[in-house]
Amino acid sequence: MTIGSRPAPFGRRAATVTARETYGAYVVLRCHDPGGPQPRAGQFYMLAAAERWGGGEAERPFLPRAFSVLRALERDLHFLLEDVGPGTSRLTELAPGEDLLLVGPLGNGFTGPREGRTPLLVGGGVGVAPLAIWQDQLGRAARALLGFRDRVHADGAALLHDPTIATDDGSVGYHGLVTDLLGEELDVRADQIEVYACGPPAMLEAVRAMCAERAVPGQLALESGMACGFGACFGCVVPTVHGYIRLCLEGPVLDAQVLPTAAIVGAGH
Amino acid sequence: MSVEFCGLELAHPIINASGTFDAIAARRAFGDQLIERFPFAAFVSKTVTLEPRQGNPPPRLWEVAGGLINSIGLPNKGLAGYLEQDLPELACLGVPLIVNVMGFSRAEVAHLVRAVSEREEVSALELNVSCPNVETGLMMGADPGEIAALLHRVRPLTDKPLIVKLTPSATDVPAVALAAFRAGADAVSLINTVRGMALDPRTGEPWLGGTTGGVSGPAIRPIALAQVHAVAEAVPIPIVAMGGVQRGRDAHDLMRAGASLVAVGTESFRDPAAGLRIAAQLADLTSTVRP
Repeated sequence: MTIGSRPAPFGRRAATVTARETYGAYVVLRCHDPGGPQPRAGQFYMLAAAERWGGGEAERPFLPRAFSVLRALERDLHFLLEDVGPGTSRLTELAPGEDLLLVGPLGNGFTGPREGRTPLLVGGGVGVAPLAIWQDQLGRAARALLGFRDRVHADGAALLHDPTIATDDGSVGYHGLVTDLLGEELDVRADQIEVYACGPPAMLEAVRAMCAERAVPGQLALESGMACGFGACFGCVVPTVHGYIRLCLEGPVLDAQVLPTAAIVGAGH
Repeated sequence: MSVEFCGLELAHPIINASGTFDAIAARRAFGDQLIERFPFAAFVSKTVTLEPRQGNPPPRLWEVAGGLINSIGLPNKGLAGYLEQDLPELACLGVPLIVNVMGFSRAEVAHLVRAVSEREEVSALELNVSCPNVETGLMMGADPGEIAALLHRVRPLTDKPLIVKLTPSATDVPAVALAAFRAGADAVSLINTVRGMALDPRTGEPWLGGTTGGVSGPAIRPIALAQVHAVAEAVPIPIVAMGGVQRGRDAHDLMRAGASLVAVGTESFRDPAAGLRIAAQLADLTSTVRP
């Protein structure tokens, strides 16, 4: 397996937050990382705040959190965050000038579409993050179908170019699931598409099943609780047809075909 | 600040706790910088069992205040896979290798000790006795009689240093340590993780695939300090101490309590190079002349 153009620097390093922007329910943190290599789309970083993150008086968060890189421009890394727990809560309150501690880029990343197929990006919620950098690399012709819960989350759609939007409550775009939109595409041109997907476990499992049913190649960026991100803890395993694999080393992007299910237990927290 | 441990010359007193650092995987992630700046003075393998193990079903992790609970279940390639595939690669690390083994019977441990000890790449062995003996139903490390019987069986099989990794679940840990020493152990290591549990906040069912798991991290540091202190009073052999070490000061405390070496575990998850940082901090602390 190849990992990026250059491996991650050994050890964690400080990266100063340069900007904090909100997109509805989401926060985009930008940080300056002069010491790191350019990440591949789909790779991830382990992030922690430099202050008040375990080790001192704080009890939680304790472990760093894994985030797919949203965008990498000049020596700036962008990460998409949603406040859903103690780790993301602490990260989303970081302000420009404060430091992140990061390790990465880690994992494998997406690979280009097979001969004769065009990419179709399918994202749900905060899972749109790796699709943004992938669209940056594929070019704006790469179409994106994005699903969100409601209007405040759908603001995250602005991170990609010209996406087709679905919302659960119908407040923006199509009223229903993003996988309905995928089904319509596959009805028309299943033989011309390669699917790239990231999102909540139920969405990914629906995408996996649709790809399997119609013999469409799919690359799924998965999530699994990780303590380390570099193969040390053996905590992030997911079941595949080859047995358990460590998602941090063999993923986070997996070929849909190796997965009996993409509904990863414990993901989506 | 090089140290001598059971006849091995180590560059400093910081090593890794078994099962908390996969040097082969880390080399994939970080490249040759890992070798150039290897964070530990000796490398302790993840537990090797006779047969390959897939490990426990996920989820395997749960973060708690000041640590985590893991239910990994000792996945490994088995003895043959380890000796053929991993050991030659680990020999390139440039530090002494300590191989941790676990068997489900005394005969199985004997087989593992003999096979691992034969390999010249191996400098020392560590026995994981935090598992049930299927013949007696008792945890091998939970009872002085069990540990003595195990060591009487395996001690004669190797001239290499034998380290017994004590379980913190024993009723009387110093008594187990003493039994290990009297039966020929060269060193003891402690503490292993402490049993813990978490419930899924949404369902109230056990969160971990293995139902319960082992608590590690700074949450267990005071337990480690107390057990190391008690074991140091009981046995004259070297102690490898671990449990929630995050800084040089934590390692220094364990050495003051009687440890010869200190192992870093969970902190490497937070910072892959934690071992280097802790060794440097420890060197600063021990070189400072106190009034």
